[in-house]
Amino acid sequence: MSAAPAYSEDKGGSAGPGEPEYGHDPASGGIFSSDYKRHDDLKEMLDTNKDSLKLEAMKRIVAMIARGKNASDLFPAVVKNVACKNIEVKKLVYVYLVRYAEEQQDLALLSISTFQRGLKDPNQLIRASALRVLSSIRVPIIVPIMMLAIKEAASDMSPYVRKTAAHAIPKLYSLDSDQKDQLIEVIEKLLADKTTLVAGSVVMAFEEVCPERIDLIHKNYRKLCNLLIDVEEWGQVVIISMLTRYARTQFLSPTQNESLLEENPEKAFYGSEEDEAKGPGPEEAAATALPSRKPYVMDPDHRLLLRNTKPLLQSRSAAVVMAVAQLYFHLAPKAEVGVIAKALVRLLRSHSEVQYVVLQNVATMSIKRRGMFEPYLKSFYIRSTDPTQIKVLKLEVLTNLANETNIPTVLREFQTYIRSMDKDFVAATIQAIGRCATNIGRVRDTCLNGLVQLLSNRDELVVAESVVVIKKLLQMQPAQHGEIIKHLAKLTDNIQVPMARASILWLIGEYCEHVPRIAPDVLRKMAKSFTAEEDIVKLQVINLAAKLYLTNSKQTKLLTQYVLSLAKYDQNYDIRDRARFTRQLIVPSEQGGALSRHAKKLFLAPKPAPVLESSFKDRDHFQLGSLSHLLNAKATGYQELPDWPEEAPDPSVRNVEVPEWTKCSNREKRKEKEKPFYSDSEGESGPTESADSNPESDSESDSKSSSESTSGESSSESDNEDEDEEKGRSSESEQSEEEGERKKTKKRKKVAEGHRAGSSSDEGSDSSSSSSESEVTSESEEEQVEATSWRRKTAPSSKSAAAAKEISLLDLEDFTPPSVQAVSPPMIVSTSLVTDLEGLTLTDSSLVPSLLSPVPGAGRQELLHRVAGEGLAVDYAFSRQPFPADPHMVSVHIHFSNSSENPIKGLRVGAPKLPAGISIQEFPEIESLAPGESTTAVMGINFCDSTQAANFQLCTETRQFYVSIQPPVGELMAPVFMSENEFKKEQGKLTGMNEITEKLTLPDTCRSDHIVVQKVTTTANLGRVPCGTSDEYRFAGRTLTSGSLVLLTLDARPAGAAQLTVNSEKMVIGTMLVKDVIQALTQ
Amino acid sequence: MKSLSDFGFRVIQEYFLMCNKYKLFFSQKMIHSLFLINCSGDIFLEKHWKSVVSQSVCDYFFEAQEKAADVENVPPVISTPHHYLISIYRDKLFFVSVIQTEVPPLFVIEFLHRVADTFQDYFGECSEAAIKDNVVIVYELLEEMLDNGFPLATESNILKELIKPPTILRSVVNSITGSSNVGDTLPTGQLSNIPWRRAGVKYTNNEAYFDVVEEIDAIIDKSGSTVFAEIQGVIDACIKLSGMPDLSLSFMNPRLLDDVSFHPCIRFKRWESERVLSFIPPDGNFRLISYRVSSQNLVAIPVYVKHSISFKENSSCGRFDITIGPKQNMGKTIEGITVTVHMPKVVLNMNLTPTQGSYTFDPVTKVLTWDVGKITPQKLPSLKGLVNLQSGAPKPEENPSLNIQFKIQQLAISGLKVNRLDMYGEKYKPFKGVKYVTKAGKFQVRT
Repeated sequence: MSAAPAYSEDKGGSAGPGEPEYGHDPASGGIFSSDYKRHDDLKEMLDTNKDSLKLEAMKRIVAMIARGKNASDLFPAVVKNVACKNIEVKKLVYVYLVRYAEEQQDLALLSISTFQRGLKDPNQLIRASALRVLSSIRVPIIVPIMMLAIKEAASDMSPYVRKTAAHAIPKLYSLDSDQKDQLIEVIEKLLADKTTLVAGSVVMAFEEVCPERIDLIHKNYRKLCNLLIDVEEWGQVVIISMLTRYARTQFLSPTQNESLLEENPEKAFYGSEEDEAKGPGPEEAAATALPSRKPYVMDPDHRLLLRNTKPLLQSRSAAVVMAVAQLYFHLAPKAEVGVIAKALVRLLRSHSEVQYVVLQNVATMSIKRRGMFEPYLKSFYIRSTDPTQIKVLKLEVLTNLANETNIPTVLREFQTYIRSMDKDFVAATIQAIGRCATNIGRVRDTCLNGLVQLLSNRDELVVAESVVVIKKLLQMQPAQHGEIIKHLAKLTDNIQVPMARASILWLIGEYCEHVPRIAPDVLRKMAKSFTAEEDIVKLQVINLAAKLYLTNSKQTKLLTQYVLSLAKYDQNYDIRDRARFTRQLIVPSEQGGALSRHAKKLFLAPKPAPVLESSFKDRDHFQLGSLSHLLNAKATGYQELPDWPEEAPDPSVRNVEVPEWTKCSNREKRKEKEKPFYSDSEGESGPTESADSNPESDSESDSKSSSESTSGESSSESDNEDEDEEKGRSSESEQSEEEGERKKTKKRKKVAEGHRAGSSSDEGSDSSSSSSESEVTSESEEEQVEATSWRRKTAPSSKSAAAAKEISLLDLEDFTPPSVQAVSPPMIVSTSLVTDLEGLTLTDSSLVPSLLSPVPGAGRQELLHRVAGEGLAVDYAFSRQPFPADPHMVSVHIHFSNSSENPIKGLRVGAPKLPAGISIQEFPEIESLAPGESTTAVMGINFCDSTQAANFQLCTETRQFYVSIQPPVGELMAPVFMSENEFKKEQGKLTGMNEITEKLTLPDTCRSDHIVVQKVTTTANLGRVPCGTSDEYRFAGRTLTSGSLVLLTLDARPAGAAQLTVNSEKMVIGTMLVKDVIQALTQ
Repeated sequence: MKSLSDFGFRVIQEYFLMCNKYKLFFSQKMIHSLFLINCSGDIFLEKHWKSVVSQSVCDYFFEAQEKAADVENVPPVISTPHHYLISIYRDKLFFVSVIQTEVPPLFVIEFLHRVADTFQDYFGECSEAAIKDNVVIVYELLEEMLDNGFPLATESNILKELIKPPTILRSVVNSITGSSNVGDTLPTGQLSNIPWRRAGVKYTNNEAYFDVVEEIDAIIDKSGSTVFAEIQGVIDACIKLSGMPDLSLSFMNPRLLDDVSFHPCIRFKRWESERVLSFIPPDGNFRLISYRVSSQNLVAIPVYVKHSISFKENSSCGRFDITIGPKQNMGKTIEGITVTVHMPKVVLNMNLTPTQGSYTFDPVTKVLTWDVGKITPQKLPSLKGLVNLQSGAPKPEENPSLNIQFKIQQLAISGLKVNRLDMYGEKYKPFKGVKYVTKAGKFQVRT
């Protein structure tokens, strides 16, 4: 074998002779000596310093292990390399260790220290793999070390390592079960983990170590349900099957009072057919026994489980689909189970092994809930290319599904099967026909006739099977079928299959009165061939003889005695016994008279007709989808599916009473602690976030917001829920609310307290972010314009575009006194520089300066009076400068001055208490403000296009001041440069509701061009649009957050009468703007 | 009396303790060992995730295999005194796993198929030779895929980051430089909430191709009427896009899709609410969805077959005559037609003349294969001739069914149409393409 082609080339000579036997005979011990030699050179290779040689040696060793050859004598040589630098060598050494450590425990201990070192490695991959190998070495001495390692890893910051810890738990448990209590503690801890990565593994550990500790699940139940969809497929299977068991212990049976429902007319429509076929079912009986019970209301948690597993029916993994199907079968109300049928039928197209397992389960389900699969009857039709085992199972399902209405189709289908070349399958089909005939009285005669026709089939197997089935059918109504029995009697000459012969003999004996003339003759023939018959036939011959003797002793007395004597000396003791026993019964002797008087009653008692039923009946007491169900026997380690409880256990155990906020802050802390390790990779934050936020990741937010905004918060996920849903929803929406909040706080990197906002806030921010995407291009344009305007503002005298750098320095001088420069400026300098440069290169500089007004926003406003602020006075102004960190934010310049006698330290923003959607980018903390000094800081506020005030705290080291900034509507926008035509085009789009017009009279003071423009631009941060006519003024801007256009037109007539028009999508902003502008102009 | 019952109680208690211990010893779950067995019954690879299980356990499997006669009929689950064997048959290989305790059988079967898929993915084929040639990689893969019998990393994108697939070039480079094909970083996908995609994907040509492949499953009865027909479709994707593209694929007529199963990357809620497939794709080839267009909708059957097969009583020959013609083919050419017939055992040989294509008859397996090719409506292809039967044997009572294969390019028989593909999250313009193919699936004509 060419596992190591490179090597054999290298070492050509020495490797050559050994090669053939090495490759060809894995099991023989005869080549031990050559093996030994071979191992010598492997050892040499392992001892060299060359990694490539070591690797080659390890590859060959692994190839040996793979073929099941013993490589244990290399242990010392291999174990030395456990600390090898080459990662591939290392991995292969691990493979070797895991395989042989159990056999060489003492030597294996040499490697432990390496793993212990690995457990402390900064790389999570190395930590995880060290734990994996350490826990896979089955050496009892290291149990304490393993325990310690698992405990440590369980609180590792990497979820991958925690996952590995969960995997290690069952390993340790199987090594030393005394550790159970400690391990349960670890499991409990890991169960509380919120990452999807860990969930599947820890539930697997739970199932192996302490499946009986159902109480550990209570607190995590809802979380597991919610995480489920994001867990990887294997974990989903394990979690679903565990939750099935959990639900069976915690909730009430949804079918318990089906009968109460049945009083409703609607119920009858799906309940009837089944009950008709089965007669009064056990459920019904149970339900009538409990008439006084109050109407059943499904526990919201029960509903949660059903709802959250349903989407998984569309998983690509057959195992997941099956797991959900069994969950629905065992837990869902009768009316809802139907949804699984479609998914199960889909699996029938998968690999034949999958088909096999699924069909087994469908067979069981179809007995109990036939209606469910009836629409898919045709999907179970058999193709000649199906493997026999699949054919037989499909046949089983078809038989289960057959009812009065579809039986003609089914029988027609069976007819084609009977002609199949696959004789085992034909035999199974005949059985199936028999079952259909017994179950559906209407077609019994048709089936019987069909079967009789088969008696002339050329294939003996087919005939024999038919005989057996006919026998069973005849037993139900023998009187009318004398002819068939005669026909059968004739067959005894031809049919050789023992079972069929025995069946015919039994029939003739049983109904010998219907065929009085033929029966003795058959006995005669059988007596002749008695010694050559099979045992079961012999027994039936004795039976026949006895029955004939009792009914027709005149003709058969001698024959009977002859048969009995033959049987007396038979080799088989059963037959000898039977002969002796029969003789005593039928032939009256002196002593045994008492019994022989009743012989006729004994032999010819009317016998109940056999019930032909599916071998899958009652298999559903095993959990479906389980190995035990498949084998119809309890497998080792099978967890019995408990019965529903009579009274529901307390549902409040599942409430998580830890207040969300403390929990959140804990998490926040933890995250902060981890930050340094993962700041470079998205590793940690990714899954945690997904774990407790909605299943969808943030990237999906746009889709979410759109669906939610149209259909409301939860309607998208709950279209098909009934009224008992209501309760579930309330608890759930609460949850999602909390989730929303958590997400929000995360965004702000702040722990707010007590403030609860509805999820609408999320929507708001989501929609804004989504729209921002589309607006990116226009935004950048805007930025340029704005930048230019800013430049103009600061250097109004210089009409031409001055050197960018100079201007930006001027900016700084204007707003930031030298003392602060060290704290905040770098960013401002660079960004404003960049925007300035952009503005220079890209905008039409000759046009812009004259049109965009250099007016700063409304003057300074007081934020904190110096008396109230105990010496700290704070003013703010809207600078109309683009905020560098976030273009959606309004930048606010805050001017602090210290008029007290002591320096004020640690000035910062604390705990913002913001309305939905509004967010703040705080200014960097001002460390100290000396008495008499003042300083300026810039902060950004995203007002979300509303004039709601942003409330926050200004904190100093000693005090906190509540302050609020309310923006005038004009500050919520940024100027846009556009041409007259563009303006008109845009204005044309924004008519109707979006247009607000107001008439006004301009005062005399306000008639000149210059003043009008100045007043408007002071009020609102808009850019002027060039205009052909002299007495019309146009201004354009965009709102900061959503980027909607705001167009303002002022039509001033010479007399002073004027008309103001504002066009904007945001009507509220438009109205307010009109008001503000009119106020500004008329004053 | 009391002491006696006390004693009894103690005994019982101890017994229970022992039972418990015993049970614990066996309470190891999931997959214990894996054996790979070729068609001639050689165990050519074994891997144990826990204590070693002797190869002799496979004897039970061989026994079952012998009983089954046909490889397809080996039961997937076999119970032995101490273990359970769950096996799959793929590409002429048996994957036999050893289980000790209760586990959902589909869980194991699904996993084994995933292993086989991975081999296929890595080595281009899942054959004995390929596995033997790459035994070290196989071992490394198995080690990563299963930890203590529980699946660990099964996504192809993650595995490829951990263990690089072999290429001729790489093996040459490796043997010269001594570098390894084992990755030493944590696969980023493992940690993110999109475990199916690896990070840092870069392509110079960004492309996204979708193949809509529909297969018609049908049973046509003797008289030519359709007993059962449905359409099974899949959309296979080949995505080579840089970065983290967020795709959304919409259909003109999404309501057609009756029953859909999704790759885990697809956002279910989005589908539920808008019938749009929205997803961050894995890198490379993968199956995006598979769907079913149910039999409730009328399925167009693109071909018809006229057949007359008869065996004469008491003579050693029979007549065989089939003709294929197009029907409801939506104006497209039907190509790649192959007819496969499993003839009854008594057939010795066949002497046929095709008007088109060529035929072969294997007298050992009794399989007749007729490679037809394209249908031209002017001249319908037919295959006529005599069948030689074993003399003296009774005539077969059943006529064999015909299995038909065909292919129609650029047509999705259900009428499904992709409307558009949008990409978010990345700036470049990808090259997009959709291809439609209709094929015959399990298409059987009873005669």
